[in-house]
Amino acid sequence: MPQTRTCWWSAATALLLVAALLLAPGPAFAKTELQFWHAMTGQLGEAVNELVKQFNESQSEYEVKPLRKGTYAETLTAAIAAYRQRQAPHIVQVFEVGTQTMMLSGAVLPVFELMKEQEIAVDWKDFIAPVVGYYSKDGNLYSMPFNSSTPILYYNKDAFQKAGLDPNKPPQTWKQVEEYSKKLISSGATKCGFSTGWPSWVQVENMHALHDQPFASKRNGFDGLDVQLLINREFGVKHLGQLAAWQKDNIFSYGGRAGTADPKFLSGECGMYMQSSALIGGFTKGAKFKWGTGQLPQWGAPYKKATSIIGGATLWVMKGKPAVENRGTARFLKFISDTNQQMWWHVTTGYLAISNSAVKNLETAQHFKRNPDQFTAFAQLTKGAATPNSQGLRLGNFVQIRDVIESEMENIIAGKKSAKQGLDDAAARSNDILKEFAAANKQ
Amino acid sequence: MQRTVFKSRWLPYLLVAPQVAVTVLFFFWPALKSLQLSLYRVSPFGDKSTFVGLENFTKLLADPDYYTSVLNSFLFAGGVTALSVVGALVLAGLATQKIRGLGVYRTLLLWPYGIAPAVAGIIFLFIFHPAYGILPYFLSFVTAYEFNWLLKGWVAMTLVIGATAWTHLGYNIAFYIAGLLAIPASVMEAADVDGAGPLRRFTAIVFPLVSPITFYLVVLNMVFAFFESFGVIDAVTKGGPGQATEIMVYKLYKDGFIGLNLGSSGAQSVILMAMVIGLTVLQFRFAERKVTYR
Repeated sequence: MPQTRTCWWSAATALLLVAALLLAPGPAFAKTELQFWHAMTGQLGEAVNELVKQFNESQSEYEVKPLRKGTYAETLTAAIAAYRQRQAPHIVQVFEVGTQTMMLSGAVLPVFELMKEQEIAVDWKDFIAPVVGYYSKDGNLYSMPFNSSTPILYYNKDAFQKAGLDPNKPPQTWKQVEEYSKKLISSGATKCGFSTGWPSWVQVENMHALHDQPFASKRNGFDGLDVQLLINREFGVKHLGQLAAWQKDNIFSYGGRAGTADPKFLSGECGMYMQSSALIGGFTKGAKFKWGTGQLPQWGAPYKKATSIIGGATLWVMKGKPAVENRGTARFLKFISDTNQQMWWHVTTGYLAISNSAVKNLETAQHFKRNPDQFTAFAQLTKGAATPNSQGLRLGNFVQIRDVIESEMENIIAGKKSAKQGLDDAAARSNDILKEFAAANKQ
Repeated sequence: MQRTVFKSRWLPYLLVAPQVAVTVLFFFWPALKSLQLSLYRVSPFGDKSTFVGLENFTKLLADPDYYTSVLNSFLFAGGVTALSVVGALVLAGLATQKIRGLGVYRTLLLWPYGIAPAVAGIIFLFIFHPAYGILPYFLSFVTAYEFNWLLKGWVAMTLVIGATAWTHLGYNIAFYIAGLLAIPASVMEAADVDGAGPLRRFTAIVFPLVSPITFYLVVLNMVFAFFESFGVIDAVTKGGPGQATEIMVYKLYKDGFIGLNLGSSGAQSVILMAMVIGLTVLQFRFAERKVTYR
């Protein structure tokens, strides 16, 4: 009998708790939530949160929830896994090398279609050419440009001064890079001449584009899926062979993949550094010496000077969401591409301003005069010949391909393989990967 | 050994059920899914999947990169096991002497086992770093050779083997201490009286008596080095330079999660699983005879 009484009491308490939860006061009309997955950390992550907050506070129907899912690769993997579970986020930030994978996935709602459906007018022509070129198919933008960068040259002005070089004249040719490096080392100003971040992106992809050399067949992959890499031709062999030779004299000092070589520049070990323009903000805070920027060095004749290609990421909209939520997504994307928001984003993060109006406004406000380093990237992207070889790259499984290229680059720089052998192997392995992608995406 | 007798018929099953559920959910089911995945070519987002039979396997077996990763795995596992087991025996021997502060020493020896492999990797990264690492700094006084693990494959391999072996020392030492303490003092004293030196005592008495432990630890360390060494590699070398530290489990991750080639990754998991099962069976068959149980 006592047991039954305890039983009744427990049941009554449980019921009371449930009732309390159900009747608890909540928002009368909850905002529709939109999930936004991204890969920005540190100062950039804070900027994303701030931007999202601005949107959320500007209207009362939608609430965008930003969530950092890890690195770019981890964010993409998470989005794919979530999509397979039918729990995809609304917006996902995917890096430039994931473009082909996203475009052919059948899991995305192209941005131009979204805006058309939602009847939101966007001035597509206002976006800068390199960005539009990279992320469009048949003249329509598939993803919303968000954080675009391009690699530039950073150099240590204090070290230049110590070595007897003009601190306001960064090297413009590779011959000058060699010359300046030798002076930096012999004067004891630095231990090495220059290093690089993102070896494949900077030294292979961008170098080919800048010198008007094709990276892959079929117009760098834009014209079809049966693509082959062309990095093992004369230009590639010349450039990487030179890097390997320079490694021996410390003119070039390899520092690893992605951004692991950043400390080489920040510590003053190397006098020059080639990395994304998005590091301007970080260097401004972290560098303990005077530094400047310049465009990436060129070989000169017989190679024509073209433009570099963009890096960074864009925002993709996932398919399968109800119209009400798509409307919120569309409004958020329109908000971040507005001129004011773009200017704010550029000034805060150092990423490029991606619309011509934003650039014009910044010019009028003398922003570039006060921050000439911010203009370097923009100039490199737009003030050269725009050739078919410098529009960007569209390759499937590009993440894997970059990994293959960087691993063969390590073999070349370490002297284990000649530049020709290493590049031949990189091309062969990459072509296999491309074939696999084409087979898996037979259209 | 006492056998526990349960009064009710279903209680034992109920008690074991959660563990069985976990094992099935987290071990058997993913293994079966991998097997299934290895027979398909799947698009990254899962919308297109074609049955390709054993094509993923044949492609792997024809790929020289795959053989490189197998070789690396054996090199890595062998190095980790040798270093960790031998080192543990030596250190356990030292930790069973009658000296002051024995408890402190033992704690310090066991401590590194609690460190996550990725963290251990980072620690060794800082020790080995060509620019600001302590080891290259000291070595530079002895030789002009540059121990740059970013470019020299063997240095990178040494780094990851060292980091992995170091984390696992604690586990091995714990077992060896127990084993050494179980050797009756009378046997050692008798040998000493008979004129056996320390080396003879070790080879004739200690080593055979701890051989069951050695056998167990060798098997365990090899399996650990094949499967659970992902953390160190990912945190430090990411398979580089070139492909010097790309072991099978890391190549599997790269192809599956970075390259989004899930079919090939599944095939690699199946092969890895078969290999480790085979290794374990082989070791049990062979070493069982050489091990002396009391």
